Parts: sequence; structure tokens; C-alpha cells
Amino acid sequence: MKLRLLYFAWLRERIGLPREELETEAPTVAALIEELRGREERYALAFSDLGAVRVALDQELAELDAPLDGVREVAFFPPMTGG
Amino acid sequence: MAVRVQAEAFDYGAECAAFAASASQAGAVVTFAGIVRDEGGRLSAMEIEHYPGMTERALAKIEAEAAQRWSLEATLIIHRFGPLRPGEIIMMVATAARHRADAFVAAEFLMDYLKSRAPFWKKEHGAEGSDWVAAREADEDALKRW
Repeated sequence: MKLRLLYFAWLRERIGLPREELETEAPTVAALIEELRGREERYALAFSDLGAVRVALDQELAELDAPLDGVREVAFFPPMTGG
Repeated sequence: MAVRVQAEAFDYGAECAAFAASASQAGAVVTFAGIVRDEGGRLSAMEIEHYPGMTERALAKIEAEAAQRWSLEATLIIHRFGPLRPGEIIMMVATAARHRADAFVAAEFLMDYLKSRAPFWKKEHGAEGSDWVAAREADEDALKRW
């Protein structure tokens, strides 16, 4: 499946890009992160502390073990600091 | 119920007055504004990043949740993004209800939720460099009471 990946805040800075398209068979968010970590050092660095990573699937907050069935857009970002 | 996410500054006084005028059945209006601190001169600028699309959805969801829980006449959330200077208004919430208790508690609820459930991230720029603001545990804990 083809996913649109978005990165925000320091995840965007560490990875070095705001968005990319990815062809993947990863069944869950966790598996997707593993795949990304294995790609390059900058991804491994960005995803080194999963306690500091939040994910949204098609613009809804989700857990890191959530399945990716039918998902088109995956966003990774640190805990939110609005207000 | 209204949500606005914008880069431009807004006139807080005018927004509050217009909001109060539009809520003709309400006996109570509560408003809150968040302002960029200068942290004793340490901070020269703040930058707010957000997730266009999800931000509006998340805020609308938080508003809808508040409207279900309390008897509200109207609510308004305005949140800015982009570069801001110390002293500038970052965001505001307003709630209107028949009685003040609902207006106060709903405003607190909106603030607690938008701090850690709406996709905004703050970056501070100062003499010592730039850094992303870390989420506070107290903000996450604040959600538990709802």
C-alpha cells in the first residue's frame, strides 16, 4: 500500500523533510516505525525514543500498535504543546 | 460553535465583544487569552507549527465534546500559528452559557484539551538558541479530571 507520511516539529527536523510517500506492507504503526528505523541513521535517531512520539492516522490520534489497514496518511510528531 | 486557525493577529477585545453580542440568550460569557511570555527577556520569539486539517478537526471535536457535556450557548476557539513575539496573543477561547458555572468549566475543559490534544508545537527562539517546548506532565495530568 502507498502511505503519505508527515513529520512535525523536531521529528521533521531530525528526518529532514516534512512529508514523503512510502510503499510499504507494514501491518501496524509499530512495524512501520521499525521499517523506517532500518532505512537510515536519521530515521533511527528520530524514532529512538518512542515514548516521545505520537501518531495520527488519517488525522485522528492513534496508538503506536494501531493497524494500518485502509490508512492513507500517517503523521508522526512529539507530544502537542498548544495553548 | 466556531474554530479559527490563522497566522494573522486578531483583536482580542473586538472578538470578545462580538462573541458576547452574538450570544443573546446567555447570561454568562467567559473568555481566556494565551500570551507569549518573554521569560525574563530570555525569549525573543516563538514559532508555532501545526498540522493543517487535523488541527481544525481536533478543535471542532473538542468543542463538540464540551457542547455535549455542558449547557452552552456558544463557543469560540481562535489559535494562531507561525512566528510570534513576546506579548502577542497566541490564542483565545470563549464560552457563553445561561449560567456562569457552565461557562467557566467549559472554558477550562477547552483549554486543557487543546493544550495536549490539538496538533500544535511551540518552538522558542532566544539568545541561547532555539528549542522545541517540551510537553508538561501537568498538562497531560490535567486531562484526567475530565
